[in-house]
Amino acid sequence: MSILVNKDTKVIVQGFTGKEGTFHSQQCIEYGTQIVGGVTPGKGGQTHLDRPVFNTVQEAVDATGATVSMIFVPPAFTADAVMEAADAGIELAVIITEGAPVKDMMYAKMYATKKGMKTIGPNCPGIITAEECKIGIMPGFIFKKGNVGLISKSGTLTYEASNQVVKEGLGITTAVGIGGDPIIGLSYKQLLPLFEADPETEAIVMIGEIGGTLEIEAAEFIKENITKPVVAFIAGQTAPKGKRMGHAGAIISGGQGTAQEKMEALAAAGVHVVKSPADIGKTVAKALNK
Amino acid sequence: MNIHEYQAKEIFRSYGVPVPRGGVAFSGPEARKVAEELGGDLWVVKAQIHAGGRGKAGGVKLARSLDEVEKIAEEMLGMTLVTHQTGPEGKKVEKVYIEEGADIQKEYYLGMVLDRSSEMPVMMASTEGGMEIEEVAAKTPEKIIKVAIDPTIGFQGFHGRKLAFGLGLAKEEMKPFIQFAQALYKVYMDKDANLIEINPLIKTGSGEFLALDAKMGFDDNALFRHPDIAEMRDLSEEDPIEVEAAKYGLSYVNLDGNVGCMVNGAGLAMATMDIIKHEGGEPANFLDVGGGANPETVAKGFELILQDENVKSIFVNIFGGIVRCDRIANGILQATQQVEVSVPVIVRLDGTNADEAAEILKNANIKNIIPATDLADGAKKAVAAAKGEL
Repeated sequence: MSILVNKDTKVIVQGFTGKEGTFHSQQCIEYGTQIVGGVTPGKGGQTHLDRPVFNTVQEAVDATGATVSMIFVPPAFTADAVMEAADAGIELAVIITEGAPVKDMMYAKMYATKKGMKTIGPNCPGIITAEECKIGIMPGFIFKKGNVGLISKSGTLTYEASNQVVKEGLGITTAVGIGGDPIIGLSYKQLLPLFEADPETEAIVMIGEIGGTLEIEAAEFIKENITKPVVAFIAGQTAPKGKRMGHAGAIISGGQGTAQEKMEALAAAGVHVVKSPADIGKTVAKALNK
Repeated sequence: MNIHEYQAKEIFRSYGVPVPRGGVAFSGPEARKVAEELGGDLWVVKAQIHAGGRGKAGGVKLARSLDEVEKIAEEMLGMTLVTHQTGPEGKKVEKVYIEEGADIQKEYYLGMVLDRSSEMPVMMASTEGGMEIEEVAAKTPEKIIKVAIDPTIGFQGFHGRKLAFGLGLAKEEMKPFIQFAQALYKVYMDKDANLIEINPLIKTGSGEFLALDAKMGFDDNALFRHPDIAEMRDLSEEDPIEVEAAKYGLSYVNLDGNVGCMVNGAGLAMATMDIIKHEGGEPANFLDVGGGANPETVAKGFELILQDENVKSIFVNIFGGIVRCDRIANGILQATQQVEVSVPVIVRLDGTNADEAAEILKNANIKNIIPATDLADGAKKAVAAAKGEL
């Protein structure tokens, strides 16, 4: 078992024939993901990576039965692509693109919600169900199959966490990189109950960072609804106030969104909060041995 | 990206958001000329820096004659203002804004930001004009009225009424206030702003609402469609190393410590700073060299870090994914040939082909390069090296 995606998930790629789209689609195909086609307006009818290319998402969905779209289109056109996917009945859009305007994503997410489409990202590494389905840009081999669910705002820190979990002799069910932009799709609060319901997942790692209130909302949710052990690390304990730390959303504004307040809220909700990012793996192992 | 008060007011004016008349000046005589053109017998001379709290620091002064305008402007230009938002090093004043004096009857606060929980822009108003809004929020949160505005319906009358009644405005004040707020919403949305602060918003003796101050910030991701805004960028307001880093697609933030950090990915870069602190050291910077980390970006990273003279050691923490560690190791060796790195460099490479990478670094046998086995080991070594204990 896993959450959201598995070996049977049919995926199309928007921005299929571009440089990034091509490289990462190839990697996903090698991993075993069922990439069934792609969309590049104006290139419909062509074949790319042995898969059909369509002009519109609707044509791609009608022809392939895909339910998930991986989006690589450039930032200025990302919102349009997301809304097209929602309009065509896609169930989950995984938005990899970095640098999409916040206003665009605000409208795109509202429309996606209205159409019942879930979104992951933007500006994220994507989602991977270990040894079954990789939809994104993460190095697949780090994610060995196991019993730990992973939710993270950061890309390389996700790899770091998974690597530590694997070094403890454990592994991952599904890992979701939710992205660090001010407006993102699925977040801790929507993903935690999925891991809680997944029989294979026995522990959950959540990696957060400064800025916003998603981790605080997660803490409240965990307290009431999550019975599985949760291990959390919040990046940016040493970050100065008012400075954007790489991710568009990673900023302590007006004294709010600090790592400390998030760590306190999570600890109060019974989460195993680690101060050092080097302790994620061993803390998961310890939590599972109880 | 942030802009100056005078630039924000230009934008306001073009959208019909009422502001006092005024003009920018770069010298005393220029300031005098602006004041002369404005006319009247009372002017305000305001230092133009990207930070709040100017009034308390002596960056906002009243002048009652043209001579006084010129004198104050001359004193202010070139002065370094230290406010609670500039940091202890302060900011140098390079331009002043001369504005006509206003007849202030009452001061309010009006602002807009993106509310990340409702995922909508929110307008905030308060009767506590002139005070720090963070302070008001902490001490008397009930004095801040907030309305989230769904952009699919836009700014409606009820949004305006909720704010106006909340501020306790009189009947005849409602209309001008609501028109003001509506125009402000349009500015925020049209220009892809991520922050607007008017503190204070004033009500004049004749019942007019005027933006006496104006602060605006913009979504960097949207600047491509606002060349007029992008042009307003004032590089002298930004950290020169950060500006240089951005040219190479790197993200750098200067900090106070002495352990330099070079990391791929923003989250891991923050986590690296955290673990340095956790191991008893102080990070000198945040530096994200991007997911890829190629020889060019690594070389540039060394250059940026070494511009900070406090740096006593550098912790290179790279998690190689799609880009293999052996290639990154070679990149680091190549970079150290391009840039003279005088301090110990602790290198931790993990992920794809990490063992080959360790071998490459070991065989290169460069005195300054010290391999680390994992995150904790790397941080410990970097901290020890900065203390001269390695």
